[in-house]
Amino acid sequence: MKDSAFVIGGKRFASRLIVGTGKYRDNGEMVAAIRASGAEMVTVAVRRVDLDRSREEGILHHLDPSKIFLLPNTAGCYTVADALRYARLGRAAGLNKWIKLEVIGDERTLLPDTAATLEAAVELVADGFKVMAYTNDDLITAMRLEDAGCVAVMPLASPIGSGLGVVNPYYIREIKRRLSVPIIVDAGVGTASDACVTMEQGVDGVLMNTAIAVADDPVGMARAMELAVRAGREAYLAGRMQAREIAVPSSPAAGMLDRETN
Amino acid sequence: MTSAQSDGETGATGISRGRPEVSIVLNGRARVVEAGSSVRTLLRQLELDPGMVVVEHNRRILARGALADAEIQEGDRIELVHFVGGG
Repeated sequence: MKDSAFVIGGKRFASRLIVGTGKYRDNGEMVAAIRASGAEMVTVAVRRVDLDRSREEGILHHLDPSKIFLLPNTAGCYTVADALRYARLGRAAGLNKWIKLEVIGDERTLLPDTAATLEAAVELVADGFKVMAYTNDDLITAMRLEDAGCVAVMPLASPIGSGLGVVNPYYIREIKRRLSVPIIVDAGVGTASDACVTMEQGVDGVLMNTAIAVADDPVGMARAMELAVRAGREAYLAGRMQAREIAVPSSPAAGMLDRETN
Repeated sequence: MTSAQSDGETGATGISRGRPEVSIVLNGRARVVEAGSSVRTLLRQLELDPGMVVVEHNRRILARGALADAEIQEGDRIELVHFVGGG
């Protein structure tokens, strides 16, 4: 089956994989892994310049925004006010009005504060932002975020950095079935099979960071993720067989030797 | 700081020439700068490329074109931020 274009907020992307830029051992490895992943959109965080360190720490010294689409995030924000502040700083630092909105509600699980996320989304959309909202796998919140005008809704597979894979494929599928905006599963993918299973649910894309950045060989894992995302997407489009808990032979029962025939 | 040598106008550390000084909080740390200096001058002293950072001056984001006109006052809180790796 021919695939449809992957369009977020009016912008077309060839790759359904979006990657983060955090936790890499060094910037050279980060750049090489992004290239291997084939991702055209990468997330970045907004933080204080460390005045005691090299002026080359900023990511703009390593990634060219004319070649790769930078999506600022509001990671680390626990309140609506903080999320708005970081989003506006990100807009001033970058070249676009896009934001990956996340408002965290709990330090241990880093699960989103969905009420605060929704409130911040309404404000940012009114302020002209194209909001890609990180949320949990709750259908109702996802619908509210779409109603608020988010250009993409991004339910988690499992907690950020956990590598647990998709813990609730049914909820992910239902969110995809019920919303019209792109659904991008964000957070929780641990390895290539997780990415593949995620895409097999029919979602539009997947966003990951830790699984690639902390692999023994990030470039190798980035390549594996690129293949897995494509494999999962193609498997979804091809339509899987029905699973059943009994064997069905693949070879013909007829024509076996030493049997009497009529 | 090496920038003090390259900048003839003001000492980067704020020490010197008997000009009045003001105390500010820069990225959460106390700092002394020459009275009347602009945010643009501060960035030059810090050897920061204005195209690579965003300045929040007393909670207000400064457009890059406004840096030279933004005068630093006693007690100002200035945040200098940029993009770093993140997920």
